[in-house]
Amino acid sequence: MASRIMSVTTADQVAVASSRQARLGVIPRMLLGRLVWLVATLWLISVLVFLATQALPGDPARAILGITATPERVEVLRRQLGLDRPLIEQYGSWLGGLVRGDLGESALNGIPVTELISARVANSIWLMLVVSAVSVPLSVALALTAARREGGLLDRSINVVSMALAALPEFVAGIAVVALLATSVFQWFPAVSVLYGSTSVLSTPKVLVLPALTLTVLVVPYLLRLIRASAIEVLESEYIRAATLRGVRGWRLLVRHALPNVAPPMLQAIVLVVVYLVGGVVIVETVFNYPGMGLALVEAVRQRDLPIIQALVLVIAGLYLVLTAAADVLTVILTPKMRTARR
Amino acid sequence: MTATNLVVPDPVAGPVAGQMGEAADPPLRFALLRNALGVRRTVVGLLLLSPMVVIAVIGPWLAPHDPREFVDVPFSGSAAGHWLGTDVTGRDVLSRMLEGGRMTLLVALAATVIGVALGTFLGLAAALARSWGDGAIMRSLDLLLAFPQYVLVLLVVAMIGASTWLTVVLVAVVWTTPVAKVMRAAALGVAQQDFVRYSRSLGAGRLHVMRDVLGNVTAPLSVEFGLRLTYSIALVAGLSFLGFGPQPPTPDWGVMIAENQGGLRVQALATLAPVACIALLAIGANLVTEGLARAAATGGDA
Repeated sequence: MASRIMSVTTADQVAVASSRQARLGVIPRMLLGRLVWLVATLWLISVLVFLATQALPGDPARAILGITATPERVEVLRRQLGLDRPLIEQYGSWLGGLVRGDLGESALNGIPVTELISARVANSIWLMLVVSAVSVPLSVALALTAARREGGLLDRSINVVSMALAALPEFVAGIAVVALLATSVFQWFPAVSVLYGSTSVLSTPKVLVLPALTLTVLVVPYLLRLIRASAIEVLESEYIRAATLRGVRGWRLLVRHALPNVAPPMLQAIVLVVVYLVGGVVIVETVFNYPGMGLALVEAVRQRDLPIIQALVLVIAGLYLVLTAAADVLTVILTPKMRTARR
Repeated sequence: MTATNLVVPDPVAGPVAGQMGEAADPPLRFALLRNALGVRRTVVGLLLLSPMVVIAVIGPWLAPHDPREFVDVPFSGSAAGHWLGTDVTGRDVLSRMLEGGRMTLLVALAATVIGVALGTFLGLAAALARSWGDGAIMRSLDLLLAFPQYVLVLLVVAMIGASTWLTVVLVAVVWTTPVAKVMRAAALGVAQQDFVRYSRSLGAGRLHVMRDVLGNVTAPLSVEFGLRLTYSIALVAGLSFLGFGPQPPTPDWGVMIAENQGGLRVQALATLAPVACIALLAIGANLVTEGLARAAATGGDA
C-alpha cells in the first residue's frame, strides 16, 4: 500500500520533486524534534505519575501490612521500600528501575510487576490488532462505497446506523453483544472469558471474538465517517473529474485514483482509532473479563495496588504518545504539501 | 445559551451571522436552535432523549416500590407486581430503573458545563494571547491528552478514592483539552475579523474582547456542548459500571448493569432495562448534537 501511495501521479509528485532539496533537511529535523518532544512528554508523565501516587493519603507500608501490624514492623517495611528517603531520591531510583525495565513489585503479593503485566499488555495488543485488522478494511470499503454515491440509499443508511452507533457507550455495546451472541438470543460464544491472571489469549482465541466484535462495532462508524468525508472531498476534486472525463470509472477510479489521496487523512483517522482503543479496552475488557491491561488496571485500582497502577498508566500513556507521534511523522512524510506548510 | 452582547458595529459581519444566511434575521441568538429543529435527526434525537430525561427527573415519584425493598425471589421474571421482574437480590427492576438515571444525568450535566466553560475560556484565551501564551496553554493541555479518559480518571480515583464530586471534576478536566482545541480553532478565525481589531484599537480589555469573540462562536460552542454531554453520559455511566460511582445499594443504571450482568441468561430484563435507558439517552443526545452541527454548517437548509 505504501508503494502505491508514494507512486501516485498527482501534483504531489511535482511538489516532491521541487522540494527534494529540502527533503533531506526537513524530515530528519522534524523527526528529531518530534523525538525530543516525545521523550520530554514521557518524562513529564513519569513525574506526574510518580507525584500522583505520592499524593496518596495513607502509608503504603501500613496498607501492605494491614492495621494489625506493630509500628516497628511498619517502620522496617518503610525502610525496605525506601519510603524514608527524600522524594527526589525515591523518584531517581524509581526512574532508574523504569529505564532498566524494572517496574517494582506488586504491593499485594510481591510478584514483580513486569511479570504480572507483560502477558496482560500482550493480550490487549492482540485485541487491538484484531480490531484494527477487521475494522480498517471494512471501514474503507464501506466508506468508499458510500462516497461513490453520495446521498444514495446505501450512503444514507450507513449514515443513520453509524450516527446511532457512534454514541453508544462501550459497556452498553458490550452487553448488547453478549445478550445477542452469548446468552439471550444465541449461545455461540462464551459470555465472559474464563482465563485468569497472565494466561495468553492465544491459547483460547475464542475469547477474543466478542470483545473484538464490540470494539469493531464502536470503531467502524467513527472511522467510516472520517474516511467518507475525505473521500467525498477527493472525489469532488479537479483531477478526479479529469480522470472521469478520460473514461476512468467504477472501482478503478476509487482504488487507483482516489484512495491514494485519501491515504493521509485516513492514516490520521486510523491512528485516532487505535489511540481510542488504547483507552477503550478498559471498559470492554471489564465487560468480558478479558485478561488484558484494561482489566488489570481496573483490578489494580480496586485493590489500590500502586506499583501496578503506575506501571500500567505509564505503558498506556507511552503507547498512546508513541502512536500519535508515529502518525504525525507518517502523515507529514506521506503529504509533501504539509512539510512546507508547517514551517 | 451564552449571552450575545455584541458591542460590535455590525454583527452581521460575524462569521456566525454569515453561516446562518438570511434565515437568521430577527433574534440571532436562537437562530441555531430554530434551524436545528428543522433537521429531522434533531427531532428524532429529542424524541429518544426526552423520555429518558423525564424518567431521570420524575421517575422516583412513579416507582411502584422502594428501590431498596426486596419484593420477590432474585431474578424472577416479569409478573403483575413487577413488570420488569426482579434483580440479583430480588428488588424491583422497574423501580430501580426509574430512580437510577438521576445521578448519571446530573453528574454528566455538571461535568459538561464545567468542562466546556473551562475549555472555552482557555481556548479563547489561547487564540487571543500572543504566540508564547498560546503555545504554553496548548502544550500543557496536550500533556493531559496523553492519558486516555478512563486511565486519567482511574489514576486519580485510585489515589483519592471515588466520590461524586471527584467524578464531576475529573470528567470536566478530561473535556477541557478537546474543547479548548476546538474553541481555539473557531476563535482564531474570529480574532482576525475587523470588529475585533476595531474593538482592540478602542482600548477594549482582554475580557471584553473575549466576550465579543465568544458571541461569534456560539455555533461551534453549542455543538461542542452537545458532543461533550453525549460523551459525559457514557463516561459517567461507565465509571459507575466499573464500580467507581454510586455504591451498590444505590439504584443507578451503571451499577444495575454491573450487578445483574451475571444473570443475563436467567433474567435479561434486569440488565437490558438500564442498558436501553443509557443507550437511548446517549443516542438521543448524539442525534441532537448532529442536528445542531448540521444546522450550524448549512443554516438549516437540510
